[in-house]
Amino acid sequence: MTATPAAAFDLRITDSTLRDGSHAMAHQFTEEQVRATVSALDGAGVQVVEVSHGDGLGGSSFNYGFSRESEIELIAAAVDEATRAQIAVLLLPGLGTVEDLQRAHAAGASVARIATHCTEADVSIQHFGAARDLGMETVGFLMLAHRTTPENLARQARIMVDAGAECVYVVDSAGALVLGDAQARVQALVKEVGDQAQVGFHGHQNLSLGVANSVLAYQSGAKQIDGALCALGAGAGNSPTEVLAAVFDRLGITTGVDPQHAAAAAEDVVRPFIPRLPWMDRASIVQGYAGVYSSFLLHAERASARYGVPAHEILQRVGEAGYVGGQEDMIIDVALQLAQEREREPLAAGAR
Amino acid sequence: MSKVLAAIVGPGNIGTDLLVKLQRSAAIEVGYMVGVDPSSDGLAKARARGVEASAGGVDWLLAQSDAPRIVFEATSAKAHAANAPKYAEAGIQAVDLTPAMIGPLVCPTVNLDEHLAAPNVNMITCGGQATIPIVHAVSRVAPVPYAEIVASIASRSAGPGTRANIDEFTATTSRAIELVGGAARGKAVIILNPVEPPMIMRDTVFCAIPADADRDAIAESVARMVAAVQEYVPGYALRADPQFDEPRDDWSGNARVAVFLEVRGNGDYLPEYAGNLDIMTAAAARVGEQLAQGKLVPA
Repeated sequence: MTATPAAAFDLRITDSTLRDGSHAMAHQFTEEQVRATVSALDGAGVQVVEVSHGDGLGGSSFNYGFSRESEIELIAAAVDEATRAQIAVLLLPGLGTVEDLQRAHAAGASVARIATHCTEADVSIQHFGAARDLGMETVGFLMLAHRTTPENLARQARIMVDAGAECVYVVDSAGALVLGDAQARVQALVKEVGDQAQVGFHGHQNLSLGVANSVLAYQSGAKQIDGALCALGAGAGNSPTEVLAAVFDRLGITTGVDPQHAAAAAEDVVRPFIPRLPWMDRASIVQGYAGVYSSFLLHAERASARYGVPAHEILQRVGEAGYVGGQEDMIIDVALQLAQEREREPLAAGAR
Repeated sequence: MSKVLAAIVGPGNIGTDLLVKLQRSAAIEVGYMVGVDPSSDGLAKARARGVEASAGGVDWLLAQSDAPRIVFEATSAKAHAANAPKYAEAGIQAVDLTPAMIGPLVCPTVNLDEHLAAPNVNMITCGGQATIPIVHAVSRVAPVPYAEIVASIASRSAGPGTRANIDEFTATTSRAIELVGGAARGKAVIILNPVEPPMIMRDTVFCAIPADADRDAIAESVARMVAAVQEYVPGYALRADPQFDEPRDDWSGNARVAVFLEVRGNGDYLPEYAGNLDIMTAAAARVGEQLAQGKLVPA
């Protein structure tokens, strides 16, 4: 059994700049950027740094976007750069495989984060088993957590814990949880798993509530919180690590992350290489409001440019259809349908 | 016209749906439904449909004086691995709907002709049956250095076997995209979606193609293939014309064709949204019929 994380602190922050941020970077991270970011996070006292394609191991593809550099090489570079921090990887069963996890482990990754849609936890059982066999620390990720009730989410968390997860996250992939919604889900998970595992929270800023939800999550018993420098992540981005560090410090909650160093890492290291800062623009607000997977944003913008229909309309339709993480191909399908509808009713479309 | 005697081993949802389909066949007579659990609902259903059903397992089947010439197996990879040698010894041709992969991978519209004499053929995966015909349709008119498929299925249509071994789906389908589809490299993704009412199976096929590939020939080949699959899966349809994207540096200078499919099941025993299960049973029935045709032809 891995030692319980964050024992020395009240809370452990996992930084996902180099994983969730991969979406905002269209998966174009360079080894140099990875090394500089890991070094800065490590120096600021961040204990876990996640490095993977935005859609997890094996995500490099037509559907999700090809990585500029091999993620295994980026993971190895991150491991090389870290002096204290552990390197985590994300894996979505159905997309990534146990073989991908073995390669990441061989490159030095020591935390396996296994992600499923919030109602499909049982597809992760074989991957938790494999991660534990490799001696990795294990974290479960229940994505689009707003799409099911707190009680159902707790039952899914139980499946992951029984499969070997040492922590299960409430993952607000759409940035759709509004305060009490996040709180109720974290509370339900804490009640279900008790001392058998920790509970975590992964927020997005689509409705600007990532940090507030994270504080509520902590107050509800969460012990692990995700952030990203400069909020670099899908949609309007993640809870900014540098803000989380400052806020928790002000609340007297220890995380081991130095707020000054974290702010410097964001401003001096990450900000300069970001082509476009994540922002609560019309399309990402629609994502939070309609409950759409944040990673769909850039795909919707590309489909919008290709087929001449507005991104926010595509995202609205995707939300209505209830598509889940991984169904990026449906964005093109929806754009095609919208374009056909406009062709059929040009006047109505023009009047909008 | 006489029919070829066949058996179905595995009286679950798949086996039952397959039975309904095969009972419409002019070439196959399903004589036996075989399971291991006497209280199985599927065995009772088979009896109600006039088929001799037994919980005595494969040993019971092989002890019958009138032996089947084709057996369809819809159990598990493990069970089929144990049963396959027994069928082979008895000279019974096996159509394997499990992920055991003992025999060659077959897709009826692509490569069945090459394997009509194989003692055992494997039906790949649901996503494979839905997408590999399209990969082949592209690769028969243009080189395909890389093909990728995304299969989205209703959560309710994913059984415990699929869920416990989801890596098997990606590994087997990726391999079949290469071996059967004709792509140099293959990748497969499966997504389970729990939305209510359940979503109809959707599949997307992306193929890298050379910048100068003949796009009209590709579109024509895809349309022809869709019509061929529709012969056994009437609800197999294109959502839109194939979409061509211009070459890009991050695609190694290749262009791309994307094909968007919907697979609506026939609703024989399984619900219509479960196109993933329907295309498996429909393809297996199609394979069985062609194997049977070979047996009906006088030697």
